[in-house]
Amino acid sequence: MFLTLRGCCWPRRSGAGGAEMARIELDLAHAYRPDPKQDSDYALLPLKMTFEDGGAYALLGPSGCGKTTMLNIMSGLLAPSQGTVHFDGRDVTRASPQERNIAQVFQFPVIYDTMTVAENLAFPLRNRKVPQAQITKRVGEIAEILEMSGQLNQRAAGLAADEKQKISLGRGLVRPDVSAILFDEPLTVIDPHLKWQLRRKLKQIHHELKLTLIYVTHDQVEALTFADQVMVMTRGRAVQVGSAADLFERPSHTFVGHFIGSPGMNFLAGRVDQSGFHCADACLQIPLGRVLPAGELKIGVRPEYLVPASANTEGALPVVVSQMQDVGTHVMLSATFAGQTLKARLSSDAAQYAPGDTVWLKLMCEQTCFYKDEEIVP
Amino acid sequence: MQLALEGISKKVGPQQWLHEMSIAPRSGAVTVLLGATQAGKTSLMRIMAGLDVPLSGRVLVDGQNVVGVPVRQRNVAMVYQQFINYPSLKVWDNIASPLKLRGEKNIDQRVRELAEKLHIEMFLDRVPAELSGGQQQRVALARALAKGAPLMLLDEPLVNLDYKLREELRDELSALFAVGDSTVIYATTEPAEALMLGGYTAVMDAGELLQYGPTAEVFHKPKSLRVARAFSDPPMNLLAASAQSGGLCLDNGPALALNLPASASPRLTLGLRSSALRVNAGQGDAKLAGKVELVEISGSDTFVHVSTAAGELVAQLTGVHYFALGAAITLYFNAAQAYVFDAAGLLLASPQRGGGR
Repeated sequence: MFLTLRGCCWPRRSGAGGAEMARIELDLAHAYRPDPKQDSDYALLPLKMTFEDGGAYALLGPSGCGKTTMLNIMSGLLAPSQGTVHFDGRDVTRASPQERNIAQVFQFPVIYDTMTVAENLAFPLRNRKVPQAQITKRVGEIAEILEMSGQLNQRAAGLAADEKQKISLGRGLVRPDVSAILFDEPLTVIDPHLKWQLRRKLKQIHHELKLTLIYVTHDQVEALTFADQVMVMTRGRAVQVGSAADLFERPSHTFVGHFIGSPGMNFLAGRVDQSGFHCADACLQIPLGRVLPAGELKIGVRPEYLVPASANTEGALPVVVSQMQDVGTHVMLSATFAGQTLKARLSSDAAQYAPGDTVWLKLMCEQTCFYKDEEIVP
Repeated sequence: MQLALEGISKKVGPQQWLHEMSIAPRSGAVTVLLGATQAGKTSLMRIMAGLDVPLSGRVLVDGQNVVGVPVRQRNVAMVYQQFINYPSLKVWDNIASPLKLRGEKNIDQRVRELAEKLHIEMFLDRVPAELSGGQQQRVALARALAKGAPLMLLDEPLVNLDYKLREELRDELSALFAVGDSTVIYATTEPAEALMLGGYTAVMDAGELLQYGPTAEVFHKPKSLRVARAFSDPPMNLLAASAQSGGLCLDNGPALALNLPASASPRLTLGLRSSALRVNAGQGDAKLAGKVELVEISGSDTFVHVSTAAGELVAQLTGVHYFALGAAITLYFNAAQAYVFDAAGLLLASPQRGGGR
């Protein structure tokens, strides 16, 4: 059950913005008890992961999945019960956050109310005795990116919650020499209509400053929008690392299929033998060129890819309509086959069906994935 | 049961919380109160429940004015944002409590049926604190259903749950409401939630009731710009335009052939749902060139924020798509998909529904 995961290779961005970013390698596990015996004894199951220099990553999962534990291990707030953390090849497993040179941004603004915006932004640099000329220059740059140049001399106390959180972000970003910046659900306090503006800012910042950014969230939009590589976690396990397209098109685990997308991927359980995929009394041809292991198997196909077909079309099944909802921009068809529920997202001008109608849906298509014991069949 | 509110209003101090309004929620169906925070949804619900007395107007239950009748003498079930359960009672007793109060028989069987419906049958022997947030809210919902009240009020019941749980519970709730045993009033800030629940929708804004009708009808034919704004997620794209013969012309944009009433005001607003914008040209499409500002990916959809000479736009594309920030992009749309509002913000034209689109 030892899991190996690797983010894809990042082009080296040497010297960009004067950053001294680090490549972070994890090879560890964290258990609740000294002698872990089963999976449930672990907050974080054994995993290997490399965060490349200058990459934008997200850790995504429901509450209790282990993502914050992982963040705390990276920042040095928590030592893993086994294994190591390396920054650029240097073992920092027992090093403090200061020694690791990590910047962190939390859910709620951490700023000094009595200081001005400029003083707040300058604080991390002043602490490190950076020369004044450099401080002024850097604070100016960060304020420019955050569109706060006009507010530099304003007291932080009078600002709205989202403005304060922007300062928090700025304080995280202001030091050009940090190994990585860790974000723990930083947009929680931000009003929905301002969220997209800040997401855009973060994206731009990553683009312009080439920093290694690691972002923890339970919100799929935030993770997929912000990160180039998203690690999906459930119950202490990292189940997939990939781009938004990877997670959507080829979820490597049924949990990812379910968790990404609204509604998530459809799964239909059945059995495979020489003649095809069997579910109840139906048999579907396995696409040419696909080799599938015999025995229990699940078909996975997203609601976006399920389309009605004429009767007896190859790869299609007759399903019984339970509901057809006009959800505004499209129509959601809910149906069952042999007691299993399937959803299809159809265009608004699709034919109307009534509950109880039989419709043929094409389940075997180019985008169909196959799962054995919840893992994708490659 | 038929609930009807006639000419009710509510003031708190000098502030008008609810402007005079009348609404008769469809009996035995779900009515969604849709609006941003502060729209007046909770104030309206409290009047329906009998927790508050309106400044003016009447609250009729089957024709009887019930203003002033205390809430305990009315048969109303309520579910709130916070998960409210009896903390010291096991889940079984929590669900059973309204049944016991009514002195019902076969309590155990009823409790188990309801628990099964809400998928909490395995937790009957636990206390609420031992359950997750989603499970606790299911207990509160089961208890509300156990009450069997003819009127059920739910005030943003799913807002504190994560999105996957919301998705599941929303599905289950719409199935439970569809049975039609009670009149259900459901408050939410999310347009998508209203659409998923179906039924009827009352759009509220700043203490005003703007429109009430079947949910899909209100969505597809918003009476005004205000309704369209409130009932669209992402927000409807709105572009300034001027009337001209045979249609309109966007400010700093193309002219569109549209059938508009001759009496239309000279200044107009064009409304386009984000899903009406595409990156591939179709026959007879109008186009708007611009620059990519941000790409938001939700998984099922990609939302591309684009700045154009005619204004800021958001396009919704199915699936995952990538665009570089700052890249040039051209968006296409068909004039048949456009909404048009006049200078007073009233709807002049909306997309044709069904057939030939």
